[in-house]
Amino acid sequence: MNVSARRLGSRALNDEIRRAEEDIIIEDCFGERYIGSGASSITITINGTPGNAMGAYLDGATIIVNGNAQDAIGDTMNDGKIIIHGNAGDALGYAMRGGKIYVKGDAGYRTGIHMKEYKDKRPVIVVGGSTGSFLGEYLAGGIIIVLGMESEAFPVGDFTGTGMHGGLIFIRSSTPPAKLHKQVTVSLADDSDMGFINEYLMEYADTFGLSIDEILRKPFYRLAPNAKNPYKQLYTIY
Amino acid sequence: MAAFDIYPEYEIVRNNERCTNCRVCEKQCANGAHIFLTDKNRMAADDAKCVNCHRCVAMCPVRALKIVKTDHTFRENSYWTGKSIKEINRQAESGGVLLSSMGNPETYPVYFDRILLNASQVTNPSIDPLREPMETRVYLGSKPEKVVRDEKGRIKVDLPPHIMLSIPVMLSAMSYGSISYNAHESLARAAAEAGILYNTGEGGLHENLYNYGSNTIVQVASGRFGVHKKYLSSGAAIEIKMGQGAKPGIGGHLPGTKIVGDISKTRMIPEGSDAISPAPHHDIYSIEDLSQLIYSLKEATGYSKPIIVKIAAVHNVAAIASGIARSGADIIAIDGFRGGTGAAPTRIRDHVGIPIELALASVDNRLCDEGIRNRVSIVAGGGIRSSADVVKAIALGADCVYIGTAALIALGCHLCRSCHTGKCNWGIATQREDLMKRLNPDWGYKRLVNLLNAWKHEIMEMMGGMGINAIESLRGNRLMLRGVGLNEKELEILGIKHAGE
Ligand code: SF4
Ligand code: SF4
Repeated sequence: MNVSARRLGSRALNDEIRRAEEDIIIEDCFGERYIGSGASSITITINGTPGNAMGAYLDGATIIVNGNAQDAIGDTMNDGKIIIHGNAGDALGYAMRGGKIYVKGDAGYRTGIHMKEYKDKRPVIVVGGSTGSFLGEYLAGGIIIVLGMESEAFPVGDFTGTGMHGGLIFIRSSTPPAKLHKQVTVSLADDSDMGFINEYLMEYADTFGLSIDEILRKPFYRLAPNAKNPYKQLYTIY
Repeated sequence: MAAFDIYPEYEIVRNNERCTNCRVCEKQCANGAHIFLTDKNRMAADDAKCVNCHRCVAMCPVRALKIVKTDHTFRENSYWTGKSIKEINRQAESGGVLLSSMGNPETYPVYFDRILLNASQVTNPSIDPLREPMETRVYLGSKPEKVVRDEKGRIKVDLPPHIMLSIPVMLSAMSYGSISYNAHESLARAAAEAGILYNTGEGGLHENLYNYGSNTIVQVASGRFGVHKKYLSSGAAIEIKMGQGAKPGIGGHLPGTKIVGDISKTRMIPEGSDAISPAPHHDIYSIEDLSQLIYSLKEATGYSKPIIVKIAAVHNVAAIASGIARSGADIIAIDGFRGGTGAAPTRIRDHVGIPIELALASVDNRLCDEGIRNRVSIVAGGGIRSSADVVKAIALGADCVYIGTAALIALGCHLCRSCHTGKCNWGIATQREDLMKRLNPDWGYKRLVNLLNAWKHEIMEMMGGMGINAIESLRGNRLMLRGVGLNEKELEILGIKHAGE
């Protein structure tokens, strides 16, 4: 089913999507918000630029964006997949619990804050380019991978992993990170780590037609919570 | 030895003539304050462990126990009180932030107690609630600007979603994790029986309680624990927690040791992992961002549920509420500085935030002045102790109130303010199986329903006395209020006259 977003506005467009029982292609998307909020099962393809909070509480649906995406994509996402053939804005995958978000280009500030995992649910974010500051703050679970395909410098901003108390962050770079908070430990990813993320790298390469050899050409740094310096005292214990 | 002994605040007094050494108190005290001395064949007590929760007093079969405040004193000094000295010592000893629980216990003015209600005499007769119909029902949600009619003159009914309450009282957010399963079940069942709503708090919703959905407010906080499509769809309303009266500006941290069994399942995080709710939502930095979260929740639930935004009563509360009213929220919940909590840093609890009475009056004023009061309902919480507080809050401009501490007291809480230890002897603020069993939901929910019914009668009586037969006519009706012992500024903010005027 094809729908043109032109002159529909967010609410009417989302009503159409909620009613859709089959896969849907949205043309002329120009900032319409909340697309696919809470959606399960269907595939939504978006040609254009969807607005903020796309795929919030996503519950199994697939969203493919042929263009850039804006802020708060995949907020509290539970399951499903979001593929962005461009850049993503700030607060990507906030508090996400399951599913995957693959971004071909860059992502903004506060990517993957407070992601968490539970049982068979393990959220994964892979960003092909670089990200802004505060990547993976308060990370409680899941995996964030930043590839920095175009950059020579370490491809993330400041305060990466502050308050991290679970999950893992992998960053592809020829140079090690300069400064990290003491709640974060850093090491070069070993074979078992690479084996662990291989599935996501393969799927990512496949999704965007990239060569896996090119992705694996540089080493990956593994950021994990520091068990010796646990995150506490900032918030009251109850 | 420490430079100072921290002398216990309470003393356990045992009448040895009555005591039969049955050792019930020893079994009942999770703090281990009672010990049996086998060699001496008698009971002894360690006052330092006593939190004055009265569990032993209530359970002793022969009334042999009482707890008294110690009369041990520091040298009298009205500036450096014993409390200050003790706290400094405790911190000098431990280097830690002081933690406490429940609401602000300090001696700030209680405006509810300086406000008196009106009653009709002679000209405008009072109404006898036993004889005449009296409406205590309220509907919370956004009200349309004006009545719209179709071409045939019929009223177009296209109302935003509302929730209906049989009395203007709801049970405020207390998470499963901070309180026990039995406490949660009691709240849910009481809400269903009384025709009101309770609030899950930020810990998700236990699967057994999904069938109370139409009496449930599901909360979304910064940690988003247990938040998913089914959870959002299961409640009658969704509350975004921005702040809490007991600890404005502070987040929460349920340590991994407490994330076990059903709590882990309900919060949807692995056993043993810390549950951290950062102080701010890291995706909300403006009213526009808040609006975005509100609409994403509305979209995810097909615009079928009102969205509540809960904030702590702080200095600029009126301006903040005005922003929230314009953000698409249907209901604003304001939590005053007396509001309870499972744990808060003592300094924050006792020194941050403002009284609900002042916050409420100024929010209602501001929204009325700006002509947007109809866009939102207002829920006032944080220290509501009785039906008189409810009536006064409504006359100050609230649509309804949240009660938390009062509800827990009905369930057996003795306000010992040691919830943060996780050893609540009354089975409320604990996850210990043996302690939790002490609160039987069959008994607990009935006591709570009794309380709500009693308040309902009292509310009707007070309304009847004022010659008012519907809550709607009481809301914001400040002519029904008079202040006693308040200064000009206080009266101005409360929008009421002084008694005698
Ligand atoms: S419960 Fe009462 S009678 Fe029994 S040991 Fe304790 S003080 Fe004595
Ligand atoms: S809930 Fe329990 S621990 Fe907390 S104040 Fe009440 S009785 Fe004490």
